[in-house]
Amino acid sequence: MSNRTPEQIKTIEQHALNIRRNVIKMIATAGSGHPAGSLSIVDALACLYFGVMRYDPHNPNDPNRDILVLSNGHVCPALYATMAEAGIIPESELMTLRRFGSRLQGHPERTKLPGLETTSGPLGEGLSQAAGMAYALKYLMPTNDRHVYCIISDGELNEGNIDEAAKFAGKYQLSNLTVLLDRNGIQLSGTTENILPNFGRCGIQFTAHNWDNFFAFSGNNVACILDAIDESKRRTPEQLKHGFSLDHPRLIQLHTTPGKGVDFMENDYNWHGKAPSLDDAKHILAKLGDKKHV
Amino acid sequence: MYKLDNNFIKGHPRTESLRYKFGDALFDEILNQDNVVVIFADLSSAIGLNDIPGRLGHNDLGKSVRHTTREFNRFIEVGVAEQNLVGVASGLAHMGQIPFTVSYAAFSPGRNWEQIRTSICLNNQPVKIVGSHAGLNVGPDGASHQMLEDIALMQVLPNMVVLSPGDAIEAKKMVKLMINDPRPNYIRLPRASLPTFSTPNDPLEIGKAYLVRQDDNAMVTIISTGSMTGNALLVSGQLFKQGIACEVIHVPTIKPLDKETILSSCGRTKITITIEEHQVNGGLGSSIASLILSSDVRPTKFKMIGVNDQFGQSGTMDELWRHYGLDVDSITNSIRHLLTSN
Ligand SMILES: Cc1ncc(C[n+]2csc(CCOP(=O)(O)OP(=O)(O)O)c2C)c(N)n1
Ligand SMILES: [Mg+2]
Repeated sequence: MSNRTPEQIKTIEQHALNIRRNVIKMIATAGSGHPAGSLSIVDALACLYFGVMRYDPHNPNDPNRDILVLSNGHVCPALYATMAEAGIIPESELMTLRRFGSRLQGHPERTKLPGLETTSGPLGEGLSQAAGMAYALKYLMPTNDRHVYCIISDGELNEGNIDEAAKFAGKYQLSNLTVLLDRNGIQLSGTTENILPNFGRCGIQFTAHNWDNFFAFSGNNVACILDAIDESKRRTPEQLKHGFSLDHPRLIQLHTTPGKGVDFMENDYNWHGKAPSLDDAKHILAKLGDKKHV
Repeated sequence: MYKLDNNFIKGHPRTESLRYKFGDALFDEILNQDNVVVIFADLSSAIGLNDIPGRLGHNDLGKSVRHTTREFNRFIEVGVAEQNLVGVASGLAHMGQIPFTVSYAAFSPGRNWEQIRTSICLNNQPVKIVGSHAGLNVGPDGASHQMLEDIALMQVLPNMVVLSPGDAIEAKKMVKLMINDPRPNYIRLPRASLPTFSTPNDPLEIGKAYLVRQDDNAMVTIISTGSMTGNALLVSGQLFKQGIACEVIHVPTIKPLDKETILSSCGRTKITITIEEHQVNGGLGSSIASLILSSDVRPTKFKMIGVNDQFGQSGTMDELWRHYGLDVDSITNSIRHLLTSN
């Protein structure tokens, strides 16, 4: 088990709850957006920002920061809410999501909002960029211990661009690159297995190219996610015997529930890209124990 | 005004490869600067850089292995994966590198346009995209490899600068200019070697067009880019012998266009002709047409010479230029025709 204290885990769970509430409010207020994937990735984002990544909330360009590339840009409400929770942007700005003139564009734009490392939305492109960043850090810049994290989604695995990037990272042994795969089982118009099946071998494009593969069997459980991330940074003798290596890039498959935390959204792909009504949002927030906004 | 190369003026020009000269210059910059990198998609040979270990070993004799390795890291090979090519470049640029991507124009930007749009242009990263083998001059490989739509694809993108040098000297100069330009750049290079018309001392800046010939009392302005400027100069020579005086404007930067230089020439003359080794739809001709229509300048006649909504085919460059009306005689004839028709 991890060496995280129960207090630390509790704190991160509280952050995740706050983020979740804001995600609901933001998407309901905007009247459009992608709740299912936003809710499935909240806990991983909370772990990254409050238990894993090194960054300075007051200096988004800190030259020592770790990097997060959000490749599946449609879940950006979760990232924006996490950035607010971390003090990188003001919480008051969150409700401007998708509005004219807002820095919080419907899909994230680096040039609009400091703290974003790239521009995404069109699926399949973030991993190439994350790999380019990891390459620069490992081979072109002065010795450093900075790490690149890249969040991708399971529908996004359909994209050939992901396979190209996985091969590249394997070739150049980008050991400073960790991919967090949101394996929530749904995509836009159905389950992942209906739209384009993995035949039980999800992530094979990574393992075939010398990535080390880790799992969080509950990708919505903070302790479990932290365990997987912490585990991915060490190699046991047993793992080394099975071909794992500290020279490999890492894939962490997060087994998540789409729409996590909202009972009627969970596991229903129809909530991939549909906003809850303001009324729905009230009920959801009440269930999530948000006293301020019910 | 260009001085023009003496051998070119005398009618026996040196014929040189733009892409190899570009590659040599890029190689030197990578060794001399510490943030320039190149990324290949299994086509390093397109710019003559297919033996990096050999080149480095040769250049680095006597230096430490460590030094060689550091330089070696600046040459990245992603394999036949053009979408990843430009994505990795965007990531490298984000970390302060100046990445040049190299492939054939048919595949980059042909294959990966949306990645260029989002990861490079919307994301505003200063990636330098090198598209070699642009135009019919590709020859025997045929239509699939003769890129005739790249100017259209790239000039439509916000933030993108589109470059099209006319000879090897310009291609070489472009490397430094691209490194010093903070924007995303696309440069198209022909496969064939072409006559060198410019000299090392001629000016070249991104965003500028150049008067390369100016006859007294010129009646025709010929505006050309890339591989067609050599031809445009020869055409103007032929027309002069037939009593038709011309100005020739060379456009090595297709976007942003040098409006002043172009419009002032068109205003001095009566007739405007554009020539490019590209589809006239969406190419230089279309841009000049909209530039002129948005101005007060009104040529009495206007003609766009280029490829007219067709694909190429296998053949030699000379055969193809003749077939598609882009060789010196065909262009001369079509301009004469235009002058005599009502
Ligand atoms: C290149 C591209 N094609 C199509 C889309 C439209 N689109 C947005 S999200 C999505 C489904 C992606 O699956 P996943 O990320 O697993 O969805 P989620 O788990 O969030 O429901 C699609 C097809 C897109 N954004 N980009
Ligand atoms: Mg999904």
